[in-house]
Amino acid sequence: MQPTRDQKVWMYENMLVSRFLEETIEQIYLEGKKPVFNMANGPIPGEMHLSNGQEPCAVGVCAHLKPEDVVTGTHRPHHIAVAKGVNLRKMVAEIFGKKTGLSGGRGGHMHLFDANVNFACSGIIGQGMGPAVGAALSRKMQKKPGVAVAYIGEGAVNQGAFHEAMNLAAVWKLPFICVIEDNQWGISVAKSASTAVKDNSIRAQAYGVPGYLVKGNDPCEIFRVAGECIERARRGEGPSLIEIETSRLAGHFMGDAEGYRPKGELDALRARDPIPAMKARLMAEDGMKQEENDAIVARARAKVDDAIQFGRESPYAQPEEALEKVFA
Amino acid sequence: MSTLTSTAAKPKQNERRVTIARAMAEAVAQEMRIDPRVFVMGEDIGQLGGVYGNTRGLIEEFGPERVRDTPISETAFMGAAVGAASDGMRPVVELMFVDFFGVCFDAIYNLMAKNIYFSGGEVKVPVVLMTSTGGGYSDGGQHSQCLYGTFAHLPGMKVVCPSNAYDAKGLMVTAIRDDSPVIYMYHKSLQGMGWLGTEPAATVNVPEETYSIPFGKAAVVREGNDVTIVGVAMGVHNGLKAADKLAAQGISAEVIDLRTLVPLDRDTVFNSVKKTGRLIVVDEDYQSFGLSGEIIATVAERDLSVLKASPQRVAYPDIPIPFARPMEQFALPNPDKIVEAFHAMKRT
Ligand SMILES: Cc1ncc(C[n+]2csc(CCOP(=O)(O)OP(=O)(O)O)c2C)c(N)n1
Repeated sequence: MQPTRDQKVWMYENMLVSRFLEETIEQIYLEGKKPVFNMANGPIPGEMHLSNGQEPCAVGVCAHLKPEDVVTGTHRPHHIAVAKGVNLRKMVAEIFGKKTGLSGGRGGHMHLFDANVNFACSGIIGQGMGPAVGAALSRKMQKKPGVAVAYIGEGAVNQGAFHEAMNLAAVWKLPFICVIEDNQWGISVAKSASTAVKDNSIRAQAYGVPGYLVKGNDPCEIFRVAGECIERARRGEGPSLIEIETSRLAGHFMGDAEGYRPKGELDALRARDPIPAMKARLMAEDGMKQEENDAIVARARAKVDDAIQFGRESPYAQPEEALEKVFA
Repeated sequence: MSTLTSTAAKPKQNERRVTIARAMAEAVAQEMRIDPRVFVMGEDIGQLGGVYGNTRGLIEEFGPERVRDTPISETAFMGAAVGAASDGMRPVVELMFVDFFGVCFDAIYNLMAKNIYFSGGEVKVPVVLMTSTGGGYSDGGQHSQCLYGTFAHLPGMKVVCPSNAYDAKGLMVTAIRDDSPVIYMYHKSLQGMGWLGTEPAATVNVPEETYSIPFGKAAVVREGNDVTIVGVAMGVHNGLKAADKLAAQGISAEVIDLRTLVPLDRDTVFNSVKKTGRLIVVDEDYQSFGLSGEIIATVAERDLSVLKASPQRVAYPDIPIPFARPMEQFALPNPDKIVEAFHAMKRT
């Protein structure tokens, strides 16, 4: 299954939106945090996990998804949220902690919920597995269409929740896909130091489900493999597992000095940045001209600028609103 | 100015000043030097030196055999800590944020906390579980909790919550030498890590030599006559700041740092309230069913007549912790809320 030209353009544009968003957040995050870096300060306080480099994992899978399909993201959620079609204005407002945000400022960047497109994420490692499997179960029980996708990092595969949820999805033959974003690092700990197998796709065998390894951080290849898995799930043939080799072009979170990264690694990863690669591919294979590229870039930039402006200019909730919405 | 009234050796003037992070690492290193059974494991505690700096320097001195970065597998390594401890080792294990206890609590409260009892005292469980607590820097509701009450509520775990580096070192030494499990809860904003907006008063003089501070001995960190303010960790600093503000109004507040929740020094609290007649409990943990209620019950149970007014609590409201700064700051305890609580009490 190869993406059409339109699908490729869609993937490229959403990768750009995601990257522009991260680059803008990065700048704003540092406001008020110089010369002394204190996470509590500035218009965007708290931890900030940027997704630069991991955009292909988001677009290659989400290109197949409809709003009704369910996605759970991780603590590093922005690229996935963008590709799943989360309301960008409300998402950015939430990252700023504003009243107009997805949860009125209660959640923050690790807790983005958009029920309209069935997206949620959270901050505990491996935590999205159970809820995605549960959504898949619910669709099956209600005989409603839709598949569920859980994104997790390669570090999260060593969490018990991964194994329990995989088995549950397999034994009940649920329309579920686990997407592992392998960026080689769990904060400062390399995959080789934390994981007994080189390739997590082989773990699929333990649950009797198909497992795939996608190399190259290539949106089109991810699209192809994800398409097979999602079609299989839609046909009622059960879950599958995809591990994607991707790259973390930023620190674990903002403020991470990354002393643990081997010298030269970051430069090598930057040289393989998936976004210029996608552009080159569109030009070489699909006849994209510079003009069309400029238009796509401008559209992506405008979308981000609009959302950022909305987020920045929105008011905060009243402090006492903290006490509301504890119960339904 | 607050005075540090410790039950252990008093810090000398002109001694070096050390952060809680460094005091913790130093205590662990000193114990590792004299006891080969002591080892450390947890996430990012090796080369990174711990996200909060409390294992810095350990891997360089002791190597990866005794300072082990773990996979993100808390269920496995908490359970492993229990097994290793009962097999002759003395693990110091880190749970990066206390909020993550959910993924491994069975190993903690059903094994670590109960195996001594279940074995009739035959099995020892010398584990130190270090874990970070606290919010105030907009890290959201899964990275900002204190959960003191949760751990103190369930029997079988000793619970330590230092407010300054001097106590942090002495309590860590006691924790490592204890044959029972100790939950060592350090507050992120007291760690001396600038990126977490650290409270400067937590960085104090700390002797280089090893010393221990006994569990179950609260410290009267400021003496006063009109009201007793009780807290742990950040609550102590908020209490001291409130005491300064109250002093400016001519009110003399006594501030008690409980230092350990289990065992709990009920006598020091009661004797202070007996003197002042008034009690305010400060707790960054959720208000209901927790530390604040326990302290008030301690006094009420023993002798209600020592109270000149209804006790007050300045605790976290019973809500998940919100991300946005205005909402989070609204919910957190602070010195002004303590001062207000004092005046609210006077009117009753
Ligand atoms: C249960 C749990 N343990 C530890 C953490 C702290 N933590 C946050 S992100 C992270 C690394 C995650 O690595 P990975 O799953 O590979 O995702 P990545 O950060 O590389 O995107 C860790 C250990 C957590 N949030 N939850």
